Amino acid sequence: MPVTVLVVDDSKLARIVAGKAIAAHQPDWQRVEASNAEEALRIVGEQPIDLAILDFNMPDKDGLELAAELRAAHPHMPIAVITANIQDEIIAAVRALNATFVGKPVTEEAIGGFIAGAALRLRKSGA
Amino acid sequence: MSGADIFLDELERDALTELVNIGVSRAAASLRKMVNKQVLLSVPSVEIVTRLSAAALIGQRETESLIAIQQQFEGPFSGRALLIFPESNGLRLVRAIVGDEMDQAEMVEMESEALAETGNVILNGCLGSMANMLQQSLKMSLPDVRRGSSEMLFEVLSSPTEDSFVLFLYINFSVRDRDIRGYIAMIMDLPSLDILKQLIAAFIERVTQDVP
Repeated sequence: MPVTVLVVDDSKLARIVAGKAIAAHQPDWQRVEASNAEEALRIVGEQPIDLAILDFNMPDKDGLELAAELRAAHPHMPIAVITANIQDEIIAAVRALNATFVGKPVTEEAIGGFIAGAALRLRKSGA
Repeated sequence: MSGADIFLDELERDALTELVNIGVSRAAASLRKMVNKQVLLSVPSVEIVTRLSAAALIGQRETESLIAIQQQFEGPFSGRALLIFPESNGLRLVRAIVGDEMDQAEMVEMESEALAETGNVILNGCLGSMANMLQQSLKMSLPDVRRGSSEMLFEVLSSPTEDSFVLFLYINFSVRDRDIRGYIAMIMDLPSLDILKQLIAAFIERVTQDVP
């Protein structure tokens, strides 16, 4: 079964850029996009999602709140939170959720570690 | 409905908002280091409005007089960047930066200078990130501290073209546990916007082009 990655960002451009960086590492992964947390939660309820990449600064529910909800429902899902906001509290909150912090703008390099780690974990768990 | 739709298409506006978001997020991380408390940010707004409406967008939410640190920037596009707070927050911000050792009189004396320096770090961080992403360089003036109403800060009254449109970008921020909040805003005249539009289009092209 192909791996499906959910990309959540209120910016369409940022979703395109993240999608491109993911494709550079894992061209076979299926990408699903959401422009806000609510849409993301709906998608996760409707179809199998293997890993999620979430923007931090979004209107209404931010990426950390969304990560917390996803984490509660999916204890083992690889989750990355992306932001240019490298404040200690935010990075600590990301880590506390067992998620990965990725700096913005997302580049192939910046997201490479998360993608490789997630691919490994998904293979191990037999996804 | 914002007038920005007339000048920028959906993806261009999205890209500009994202550039502001990244710039301000980085600047907030610098401010966090200075005050040693988390800095909370809103989602940026990008609008094309008259100077008067820009002033009203900030002024309507504030009952007291404002203090602003502003810097002009010049390059392929030009304008002004401002860090704005309610006037009473100025000393609180300085206190948050210098710590509790300094006495009140000394702090009042250095308020303007400290605010100018803080504004400089934040506004340069924000504009610098944006300029880098657009692959342009911007020349920044020295920071200048002003006090007054939002109309005064945005030069609505002294401008003969108070009804002319400007590109107005703003984001609000607050400092956790310190009762400090304010705005980071940018104002650009429309002649700059054509060039900015081209630079944004080139940026979109660069970041979305297919991997070779």
